[in-house]
Amino acid sequence: MAEMSVELVAVEREVWSGHARSVFAETTEGELAILPGHTPLLGELVEGGIVKITTTDGEDVTAAVFGGFLSATGDKVSVLAEAAELADEIDPQAARDALARADADKDSEQAESARARATARLRAVGQTV
Amino acid sequence: MAAQLRVLRRRIRSVQSTKKITKAMELIATSRIARAQARVEASRPYAREITKVLSALASAAGTLDNPLLVERENPTRAAMLVVTSDRGLCGGYNANLLRAAEELHALLREEGKSVALYLIGRKAVNYYTFRQRPIEQSWTGFSDQPRYDDAANAGNTLVQAFVAGGDDADGGPGPDGVPGVDELHIVYTEFRSMLTQTPQARRIAPLEVEYVGDDADDAGTSSQQQSRSDGPAPLYEFEPDADELLAHLLPKYINTRIYGALLEAAASEHAARRQAMKSATDNATELIQDLTREANRARQGIITQEISEIVGGAEALSAVGSDN
Repeated sequence: MAEMSVELVAVEREVWSGHARSVFAETTEGELAILPGHTPLLGELVEGGIVKITTTDGEDVTAAVFGGFLSATGDKVSVLAEAAELADEIDPQAARDALARADADKDSEQAESARARATARLRAVGQTV
Repeated sequence: MAAQLRVLRRRIRSVQSTKKITKAMELIATSRIARAQARVEASRPYAREITKVLSALASAAGTLDNPLLVERENPTRAAMLVVTSDRGLCGGYNANLLRAAEELHALLREEGKSVALYLIGRKAVNYYTFRQRPIEQSWTGFSDQPRYDDAANAGNTLVQAFVAGGDDADGGPGPDGVPGVDELHIVYTEFRSMLTQTPQARRIAPLEVEYVGDDADDAGTSSQQQSRSDGPAPLYEFEPDADELLAHLLPKYINTRIYGALLEAAASEHAARRQAMKSATDNATELIQDLTREANRARQGIITQEISEIVGGAEALSAVGSDN
């Protein structure tokens, strides 16, 4: 089966790397899934989006990604992010609290980005917001 | 004599407790260097990838008229980001860095640019406050363990100032009323090895993207050489289009550069502190040895004196006795 190597890299560390069958991501233009052999592509990911990687073992790796870019060449996909967290590193309760706090003060710009982060975290662990 | 001995013993005790402290700080710094180096290592993949992406973008975007890439015609104001530590006790680390900063400052002035100071670390803030030099903005409290958010904070402020400087004219703030800067420089300490750390001054904007290929060795070679060595770059599709993508990526690239500099500086700080504390500990050991010798001599002196006093006394008594 065709496969590609995928790297999910945050500024402070490499979050995940391995081989995968497909990568799903949300760019500012829309959602897209990348399969092996995709045409070379550079995309900007939405602020606070999720990335879903289906590994060659058929497992799904989901991550919340903040301030990210995606670069794909034939057999290699790199997701670059200012920060990224895998679903199993996320504490859903904490994310929910953060979301409630961000909702409480709507006006500031900070609350806006905190909101985006919390939403992405919750979506990454599969909860609806 | 006895008083001198007591003074010596007190000094030995005090040097001993100082030595305990410096030894502990040395050990702490040693363990932190390893951690700081691991963080430098951990940040490499991202830096490598973003540089690759930028090289691809830069060759595809065609017109490179992004404000962060274009050299200003008449630069009048430069921003200088000075990265020092929050705490002292690290030998010449801050002194060397501030000297390099002053050199750059003088150079920029010679070129007819005024300098806006942006500072990281309490030592730099103290240095410039004491000299009553205007500080544009400063950030403190994270010099030994910087996080990306800290770098992004500083980076965003600098990029904003730089973009605001785009329309400045004749020393005035220009149409938008915000005085900005035309160049960004960063002064930080580069970690060469455990024993050598050198202050570095780099320009971070207008930006020269370092082109890299697959092997890190030819970092810094020009794009032409690069494309010759590994064939034509793949033709990318862009979402959104290349110019907009470039505009979003460049600030992040600058933040990455600043973050890298902060990490290097942190590693250097710990290495410098370890070095300073090691020599302090060595000095204390030597001092204790000397003082102990002196104390022993004093003690011996006291004993000798007491014996001679007793002998003298006994002789005097026996002399008196023989008279009778």
